[in-house]
Amino acid sequence: MSNPKFERPLSPFMNYRWQYTNTLSILHRVTGIALSVGLLLFVYWLVSAANGPEAYASAQAVFAHPLTIVALVGFSFAFFYHLLNGVRHLVWDAGHGFEKSTARTSGWLVAIGAVVLTAMLWFLLVRGGAV
Amino acid sequence: MSLRSPVGRVLGLGAAGEGVGHWWTQRVTSVALVLLGLWFVFALIALPDRSYETVTAWMHAPFNAVMLSLLVGTAVYHSQLGVEVVVEDYVSDHAAKIVTLLALKFIHIVLGALGIFSVLRVAFGSAA
Repeated sequence: MSNPKFERPLSPFMNYRWQYTNTLSILHRVTGIALSVGLLLFVYWLVSAANGPEAYASAQAVFAHPLTIVALVGFSFAFFYHLLNGVRHLVWDAGHGFEKSTARTSGWLVAIGAVVLTAMLWFLLVRGGAV
Repeated sequence: MSLRSPVGRVLGLGAAGEGVGHWWTQRVTSVALVLLGLWFVFALIALPDRSYETVTAWMHAPFNAVMLSLLVGTAVYHSQLGVEVVVEDYVSDHAAKIVTLLALKFIHIVLGALGIFSVLRVAFGSAA
């Protein structure tokens, strides 16, 4: 790359201009990794329930911490985004939705849908007295 | 002795020599996780509270215990398949790649075993 004498064609990801599809695609991977980390908290919750009331109480203290709640909101957004965009990917795998306008619309639906579903989930949880 | 021809054995295996197994399993687990994940979210909202008594009583019900076990198992499997691809994409050093992949696989298997064992422990224990 540095030597012009050996100028080779670049891999597509190195010379594409930035566009919304990049962000959506990278966000799928980022939210996937976030959910892998979130699995730790999920399993911790299950283990604490199996270990009796004291262990569950200390887990509840961890989950009630403001930083944990911020993380849980993040994990829930990651969950909904990864779920919706995952369905988008499955539709692509089936060979549909590749039209530029369709892909643009489905991208927006995924992004807005994830935010709306996250807000709805936490509205219901807070109203139910969970937080 | 296999009656398959050498060509028949390698057809469809591609450059990586593994065929589409990884890719397809990722898709299969993703479809399962749409259902299991949405079930979990609705169940979480439907619980009157998240106290020890409520949660263990909920996990004690056979249907919930089975669904939770499936959710843990499928999520761990899907997560393992996902992080594998990420590591293969970004870790170029061969030794580091092998060590990271092994470590992640062990962590995922331990997580799956812990999660499912915990669900079953509550499910088969006396009702809270």
